[in-house]
Amino acid sequence: MTVVVEAEFTDRLKRSHPLLTLLRRPEVGALVAAVAIFLFFSFFTQAFLTPAGVSTWLYSASLFGIMAVAVALLMIGGEFDLSAGAMTGTTGLIVGVVTTQWGLNLALALVLALAVALAIGAANAFVVMKTGLPSFIVTLATFFILQGCNLAVTKLVTGSVAIQGMNAVPGFQQAKVFFGSSFPVLGLEVKVSIVWWIALTALATWVLLRTRPGNWVFAVGGEVTSARQVGVPVFRVKLGLFMTTAGAGWLVGMLQLFDVSTVQATTGVGQEFIYIICAVVGGCLLTGGYGSAIGAALGALIYGMALQGIVFAQWDNNWLKAFLGGMLLLAVLVNLLVRRQAGMRS
Amino acid sequence: MTPAPSRPEPILEVRDIGKAYGAVRALQGVSASVGAGEVLCVLGDNGAGKSTFIKILAGAHPHSEGTLLAFGAERRFMHPREALDLGIATVYQDLAVVGLMPVWRNFFLGAELTRGRGPLRRLDAARMRATTKHELARMGIDLRDVDQPIGTLSGGERQSVAIARAVYFGAKVVILDEPTSALGVKQAGVVLSYIARARDRGLGVVFITHNPHHAYPVGDRFLLLQRGRSLGDFAKSEITIDEMTALMAGGAELEALAHELERR
Repeated sequence: MTVVVEAEFTDRLKRSHPLLTLLRRPEVGALVAAVAIFLFFSFFTQAFLTPAGVSTWLYSASLFGIMAVAVALLMIGGEFDLSAGAMTGTTGLIVGVVTTQWGLNLALALVLALAVALAIGAANAFVVMKTGLPSFIVTLATFFILQGCNLAVTKLVTGSVAIQGMNAVPGFQQAKVFFGSSFPVLGLEVKVSIVWWIALTALATWVLLRTRPGNWVFAVGGEVTSARQVGVPVFRVKLGLFMTTAGAGWLVGMLQLFDVSTVQATTGVGQEFIYIICAVVGGCLLTGGYGSAIGAALGALIYGMALQGIVFAQWDNNWLKAFLGGMLLLAVLVNLLVRRQAGMRS
Repeated sequence: MTPAPSRPEPILEVRDIGKAYGAVRALQGVSASVGAGEVLCVLGDNGAGKSTFIKILAGAHPHSEGTLLAFGAERRFMHPREALDLGIATVYQDLAVVGLMPVWRNFFLGAELTRGRGPLRRLDAARMRATTKHELARMGIDLRDVDQPIGTLSGGERQSVAIARAVYFGAKVVILDEPTSALGVKQAGVVLSYIARARDRGLGVVFITHNPHHAYPVGDRFLLLQRGRSLGDFAKSEITIDEMTALMAGGAELEALAHELERR
């Protein structure tokens, strides 16, 4: 008798498992949407599926994707970073200014920009954690400070609002291999940023789902008092998340700088919300504690495809914003459903 | 069933314990003990001093008078960690769980099992899943799927997972802070049966409640508190549920109230 029950029990377990696991993943919605948008533009535009077309939208998705993945980690940890967009400008400008204007060694400039980014990320974390203020407000302040400094300092030093002449800096070509090169794969010109994007998404997914710090990210975002009670180092986790986001800002700053070898003082401004939208479309809850790095990467893919697809279709560019709003609304509605079903029973 | 003549060695004992917060004496002159495989029920109305009592045992606040003995040695806990290290685990009402996380991740949160070294150190998810399932089964909790978010469990089940977690992580004494108060009749019954299981596995259980009907079926000893003082520490053979209820409500007062209500 017991044996039969036992067998039935394990059987029931096995049967329900794969489908449940799949549907429970946060990124399922984004995956479906990405496939739909891919098919749509493939059928309705000529350029979308050409090698040049694919390279274009993949490149565009990769830059948003790197940031969206970092921002998704931060959001799962229960915080926002509105300074993430301006950070891509700040880091690019630092490298541009210190190399072209002051003749600093390029490698040193890269390290300096990274150090500044990480310090700003740490400062964000410090203020948020020590004051208990919402990160939305704290990083909004950081965003305005960075935006202002980017413009003011660039103008002060160069007399214009952009840095030119990066490709004359010694070592530029060597660094470009890491940040601005491209190589052919099956007839596609694949930019190196796409490799970064995929690698970082994979790394972030592994950390989130398969390491202790990843477990803690979900915990501090989901229920910070519980996390503290069971001994999760809340401050360190959030510090790491803010610094990761800032570090991603540095990487994207470099990827843009070495791709076009110039940088505008307004670079990145206004993109912080796109990162958040990509993360939410990818299944992150705005309230924290739930989400996925792959989802955020898919959210960025959707954005990249729509951004370039609308150009290929020769529609008015402004449709993109309307599309983005629609996707966001849809995503938060789906997320609301998830939360009602999963977490909030008491 | 009643272990009146041969009580087990107490693993946690208080003698004339008390606590003053400034001029306010929240608790005074309370004596009680719990041994392995025993359930000590702490009963009292709101403001009777139950939460002060737990805080002393759990190490959240040090006591200011009397003595506290854990495993025969005198202690004064200054920090919850000290109590926990001795195997005295407290399950608070909020349970310290994260609703959106799977049951197994909650079970091991903060003490995750890993394998590999250095940067390759990773969660041993298979072992954690299996252990969670096994430990819950030992407590008599049949969960179909340890991957479901813990928030989808019922209140009683969540309470039971929290108890099982405390037991697994080496608790010798579990202090349960009003585990049944927010639950319906059926769910409360579920939790009571887990309390009985924990007792049968040789744990000391301190069960705080204001409901004699929850306390009486599982309790071996009953500590009754009123306005910060002890009304007595009784073995099950020494008191009936009606006497207990009457004592808790203040005896004569309740009788007067009953008369008054009857007349209407």
